[in-house]
Amino acid sequence: MKFNRFILANLFRKKIRLILTVGSFAVALFLFTFLAVVKSAFSRGTELAGADRLVVINRAGLINTIPLSYRDKILQIKGVKAVTHNNWFGGVYQDEKNFFPQFVIDPENQRQVMTEMRVPDDEWNNFVKDRQGAIAGAGLAKRFGWKVGDRIPLKNALYGPTKTWEFVLDGIYHNDHPGGDESQFWLQWKYFDETVPSVIKSLVGWYVVKLDSPDDSVSVAAAIDKGFANSSTETKTETESAFAAGFAKQLGNIELLILTIGGVVFFTLLLVTGNTMAISVRERVGELAVLKAIGYPDLYVLFFVLSEALVIALIGGLIGLGLAVLAIPVVGAALRGLLPPLLLSVGVLSLGLAFAVFVGVASGLLPGIGAMRLRVVDALRRV
Amino acid sequence: MAIPVIYNFRSVKARWTSAIVAVLGIAGTVGVFVAMLSLARGFKATLVSSGSVDNAMVMRAGATSEMTGGVGVDAVKILQDAPGIARSSDGPLVTPEVVLVAPIPLISTGTDANVQIRGVSKNVLQIRNKVKIVEGRMFQPGLNEVVVGKNANKSYAGLTLGNTISLGNVRWLIVGVFDAGGSSFDSEVWADAHLLGPAYNRPDTFFQSVTVHLVSPDSLQQFKDAVTSDPRLNVDVTREIDYYSKQSTRLTTLITVLGGLIAAIMAIGAVFGALNTMYSAVAERGREIATMRALGFGGPSVVFSFVIEALLIAFVGGLIGCLVVLPLNGLTTGAMNLQTFSHLAFAFKITPELLVKGIIFALVMGFVGGLLPAVRAATQPVAQALREL
Repeated sequence: MKFNRFILANLFRKKIRLILTVGSFAVALFLFTFLAVVKSAFSRGTELAGADRLVVINRAGLINTIPLSYRDKILQIKGVKAVTHNNWFGGVYQDEKNFFPQFVIDPENQRQVMTEMRVPDDEWNNFVKDRQGAIAGAGLAKRFGWKVGDRIPLKNALYGPTKTWEFVLDGIYHNDHPGGDESQFWLQWKYFDETVPSVIKSLVGWYVVKLDSPDDSVSVAAAIDKGFANSSTETKTETESAFAAGFAKQLGNIELLILTIGGVVFFTLLLVTGNTMAISVRERVGELAVLKAIGYPDLYVLFFVLSEALVIALIGGLIGLGLAVLAIPVVGAALRGLLPPLLLSVGVLSLGLAFAVFVGVASGLLPGIGAMRLRVVDALRRV
Repeated sequence: MAIPVIYNFRSVKARWTSAIVAVLGIAGTVGVFVAMLSLARGFKATLVSSGSVDNAMVMRAGATSEMTGGVGVDAVKILQDAPGIARSSDGPLVTPEVVLVAPIPLISTGTDANVQIRGVSKNVLQIRNKVKIVEGRMFQPGLNEVVVGKNANKSYAGLTLGNTISLGNVRWLIVGVFDAGGSSFDSEVWADAHLLGPAYNRPDTFFQSVTVHLVSPDSLQQFKDAVTSDPRLNVDVTREIDYYSKQSTRLTTLITVLGGLIAAIMAIGAVFGALNTMYSAVAERGREIATMRALGFGGPSVVFSFVIEALLIAFVGGLIGCLVVLPLNGLTTGAMNLQTFSHLAFAFKITPELLVKGIIFALVMGFVGGLLPAVRAATQPVAQALREL
């Protein structure tokens, strides 16, 4: 480490250039982190989906209902541990802009199936007893400043004439998975089923099935669909992750878009730093030649150039990541309701840093090798 | 006295490697900027062109989209007699519609997409007069036949002329392909409303929305007043074009906000690249500049010359960025309409105006990146610069 001062002195030789190059790194890393976070927000539903859960929907499409009577038949299939059913409620809270998913749930079984969504027992017991009770995700409650005990009116035009349904918030659920969904609103099946017009009574939107073991998912899914084949309502059963992935895919090919932008950024960044390193090596060809002339081995010269590039990359990278840590909560708040929560993981941060180091080394390599191969006589003659 | 522009051309040529870096940085930024905006525009244009100023949509009061609405057959009968509706030889131009979503696999990925299925009246082509049958024929009322939009025909598996598909518990013969002028209807499948509901075990007396053709765009108010003041009805009336432009807001906002943020961050990076290039250009040319100034070129003309050089680099970058994304124009892609959860095919829409915006964006980046180095070039002490090696 006896060359620390030498490398530092070289770094600060052109302060503006140093700032700009570090700045480009910071910008690129910031963008990289931002894109990675957005991408993971889109695919989180798929990643966090329970491997031991199946979703059963009407073969004719998600918006079509399934008879409540299917529940018992599904429960009889071997490998099924618990079944809950949900309906889409589709109410409006104050204004259309305040969209959030509202599910009619089966209080007896929801907690056995959706094990990662936790509600304190006392709150849950109040909810089960309260016909007009509701449970909200922690994120949702925070978004509108709801507290347990609040009255929440939802206007609904889906079931019979438009009317306002009143709910009382009995509890708040938290998701065990970091970044997992905390944006849902749950209401009671009984209240729903009593209130809707008779033609849609005893019809559920979809079933969620908890399995004894994730290994059975294929066979149980096939058994469920086979059981209802050729009936008036055929079913389509998929693992929860396949279901979520199918939904996410229709949003458009976000992944390709993000990879393309990321690729453009990566390429540009490599060019910018490579160019800067090349300029700074070109400018001091004479010095490098002198170093070699007084006896420094070729590898040392390569080492000087590479470490300079690496230091720039690390400083820039750290600044970019730091900015991302500060900015992403703000951006996430601005996009609330449009995107799932933006969540910065340690994995993304370390990947970003690795990415910075890689670009640093790559950009220093060409000029470094050039400097290493330099013939002293030519270089000294050049000026 | 101005420094000839040819000097800038030559100096860019002499330092082409660093010029190329700046050019590519700006090109990438402009490319992303134009591509994101064209995506948002294309989506919006597709939905907005679905609506017509001559049509009005009637939905249950409070419904936020067709999917959440409901209008009974009694209400439809009252609506048919309302003032302001255009009439043809076979009655009022009113189409009560059943709107559903059915899973049909995408040809591109093989995964199911939620395709919008619309039950319409037999005179729907007179009401949505931009829609034309381009292959085959219109469905026969009372028969299990459907017509498919031209994007649906291309994007989803099995929606070809002569094929049959299963919707609800009935099989339907595809008898025609229609062109709806690039609107969202092009991603839809249309059938007889009276048959579609029952196929999904729904009563044939219940519809999601009613679209009426007005005598003229100005008749909306007359129609709306009559309908909303009628105590037997509990409905909202919207001009069709307003309904569809509202439908596009959520996804358009998402793309614009995300795209804007990304382009802004990239712009900062590109300006850094341009600054770096121009600063090195100034540094490498210290003696040259000093010589020019010793010859009598004033400070302002040196600044002007360097800014021109930066703008030149930026312009080329902007041009390349625009050219690279230009082939995206008209490219069809799919996305989900976040209001109805149905899949919608739409095309990137790159307009000349968008390209001009891209170039202006590039020039702004070039100006910001060139000004400071130019000022530095002009303020360097001449004697000292000449003495430097």
